[in-house]
Amino acid sequence: MGLDNSIVGLTGPEFTFEVEKRHIRQFVQAIGDKNPLYVDEAYAAGTPYGGIIAPPTFPIAIGVEGESIDLELDQKRMLHGEQEFIYNRPIRPGDRLTCQMKVADLYEKEGRSGKMQCLVLDTEIKDENGKQVAISRTNIIYR
Amino acid sequence: MLKYNDLQEGQVLKPLVKPAVTKVQLVKYAGASGDFNPLHTDDEFAQSIGMPGVIAHGMLVMGFLGEYVMHIAGTKAEPTNFRMRFGAITRPGDEITCSAAVRNIYEEDSKQYADLEIKAEKAPGKVVGSGQATLRFF
Repeated sequence: MGLDNSIVGLTGPEFTFEVEKRHIRQFVQAIGDKNPLYVDEAYAAGTPYGGIIAPPTFPIAIGVEGESIDLELDQKRMLHGEQEFIYNRPIRPGDRLTCQMKVADLYEKEGRSGKMQCLVLDTEIKDENGKQVAISRTNIIYR
Repeated sequence: MLKYNDLQEGQVLKPLVKPAVTKVQLVKYAGASGDFNPLHTDDEFAQSIGMPGVIAHGMLVMGFLGEYVMHIAGTKAEPTNFRMRFGAITRPGDEITCSAAVRNIYEEDSKQYADLEIKAEKAPGKVVGSGQATLRFF
């Protein structure tokens, strides 16, 4: 049985994510990314960023932290097809981010093995004033 | 250093070759990203679901591409959009090469942009991730 369109628009609970310098450092170390922009305060201060920022895929660690929406998905039928990040401003250590997961879209696509469903899940990331910082968008193929 | 005026559509940029992926790296990435799916850290579990052994997190591969994109951008531009489609699996020992080509250069609201076509391969033609990044010049 496929997913029903009524799930589009469903949201998960809001949660707060505090960005820590150490978390950023561990994240880039795991990738093996030696860019000083993520770890070296003095270097980063001299760039147009004006200070340390988080790397482009860091929002994925935010999405994991929060409570997801209970869509009763069958894990075995799920495939992470695509990931997208939309940035309004860089994420910085000390940021207290307000995050919420949302079912952004559900559509059908013709695949190699017949029709499949594509589920689009957004994690909306905002600052303390409610201004958008980034969106982490996950495209899940559901077969 | 990246300069808007030097870019041409279709231009191929210098690739980045990452050191071979290690199992320790997958453990580190699991911890840092919070993705503790044992498929990435537990060989026995991975084999029980038909895999030859642990495989890398798809997001680690996107992390490599993120490193590459930020290396290209340097202090001249920042990403406004970054997306990747997941391809073949990456296993410990795989050496990932990131490459890019300039797809489009344009101005919008008096800001300069470049769209890059990017991909990560474990061998020529064996794509583990492909996508696009949009850079906005400072």
